[in-house]
Amino acid sequence: MSRRSPEPLVWLLFSGGGMVAALLVPVLLVLFGLAFPLGWLPAPDHEHLLALVRHPVTKLVLFGLCAMALFHWAHRFRYTLYDGLKLKQASTLIIVVCYGTAVVGSVVAGVVLLRA
Amino acid sequence: MSAHQQPVSAFWWLHQWSYLLFVLRELSSVFVAWFVVYLLMLVSAVSAGQGPYEDFLAWSGQGWVLVLNVVALAFVLLHAVTWFALAPRAIVVPRVPPWVVLVAHYLAWAVLSAGVVWVVLR
Amino acid sequence: MKNTPKTITMQVTRFRPGEDEAPVVQSYEVPLRKEWAVLDGLNHIKDHLDGTLSYRWSCRMGICGSCGMTVNGKPQLSCATFLTDYAPGPVRVEPLRNFPVIRDLVVDISDFMEKLPKVKPWLIHDGEPPEGEFLQTPREMDEYKKYSMCINCMLCYSACPVYALEPEFLGPAAIALGQRYNLDSRDDGAEDRRDVLASAAGVWACTFVGECSTACPKGVDPAGAIQRYKLTAAVSALKDYLLPRGARR
Repeated sequence: MSRRSPEPLVWLLFSGGGMVAALLVPVLLVLFGLAFPLGWLPAPDHEHLLALVRHPVTKLVLFGLCAMALFHWAHRFRYTLYDGLKLKQASTLIIVVCYGTAVVGSVVAGVVLLRA
Repeated sequence: MSAHQQPVSAFWWLHQWSYLLFVLRELSSVFVAWFVVYLLMLVSAVSAGQGPYEDFLAWSGQGWVLVLNVVALAFVLLHAVTWFALAPRAIVVPRVPPWVVLVAHYLAWAVLSAGVVWVVLR
Repeated sequence: MKNTPKTITMQVTRFRPGEDEAPVVQSYEVPLRKEWAVLDGLNHIKDHLDGTLSYRWSCRMGICGSCGMTVNGKPQLSCATFLTDYAPGPVRVEPLRNFPVIRDLVVDISDFMEKLPKVKPWLIHDGEPPEGEFLQTPREMDEYKKYSMCINCMLCYSACPVYALEPEFLGPAAIALGQRYNLDSRDDGAEDRRDVLASAAGVWACTFVGECSTACPKGVDPAGAIQRYKLTAAVSALKDYLLPRGARR
């Protein structure tokens, strides 16, 4: 087994993403997924959100959140397919699809945030 | 040798509650990914202008979107709680007891959540 | 309870190689006594009911690690699992899962025996040994003591779905034992163990189901040991990527 295995690096991305997702996603999901749509809280006005989204720090934080959360998904989902569905034989395809989706998703996130 | 190989069912994770909880925990990642999609839709709508933002708010109030987000929230909370519970077993700090590491994670969670609410609602 | 039954049914999995195509279940009535472990029930069967029943045991006190079995679906040491806890029964006794069955409750453990020495579970010391004792403070001992409690009973392998699905996985006990020596202040072998521990069949195969730690009768927490090693290995790998060769370590 080579020391240059990518496994530790994808695991670090998985772990970082898991930490960011655990810390930030619940509150964001409660606000934008439930509280505003259901009227528990008044939705913030457009001007405020636009200023927020255009702030470089917000862009950086949201990009980090999106990219790492996607790699977190890719890594976990890969092993869920291996173990939960006994699909270890299709490992190459699963790796390409999972991490490939995370890479494409991260690029999309970067473009969306840069153009915001 | 004529040893008997014990078979493993593809549905092994249904045989025991702890295994099922494990698979549910792993599937929480799907809802984390869904949240990224949802967040990027919100950001695009906001950057596209007042009208698209209001369209997004109306769309996010539709029944199926709400149901999806409630389910997603349940899974994301499962992720957060199990993640924090495992953290002290991976992050071993010399001379710091594991419960301190656990409490530190929950404190960080509370502070960051409050910070996000403050920034968004300000 | 007034009407405590005096006996309990033990449903024991039998497999006679060459005779049985697949394992079959045989029921035995054994006395239900409050001081009797599942192993005592099996010994009663062997001595009084059916001398052909095969199983491994030795110390009867949770030290030797040879009497691991699946009791009512869970991996247990049969000497430390009491019949009264399963009253009124029946109590199902099967061989340890995830291992080939040689006969009745006896499983083939050669896979584990091959993996164990790969993590070099002994002290590797650079340089000359010290004169006299190898001194260690209580705090240094606390670093690894938990992991040194392993009795190689393999209940963790039996509980591990990753090992069930991926037989090449090094497994919980072997990795925890590698960590036991890595964390020992007298040991310098962490680099020697790294290629085995930090491989695809080593810690990276683990998905932290956590059932190994639940099953462990000695409180070793192999799942924690693996998770902790992942962080160590990932940080070392990052250093390998980022630092020039000379500056490593």
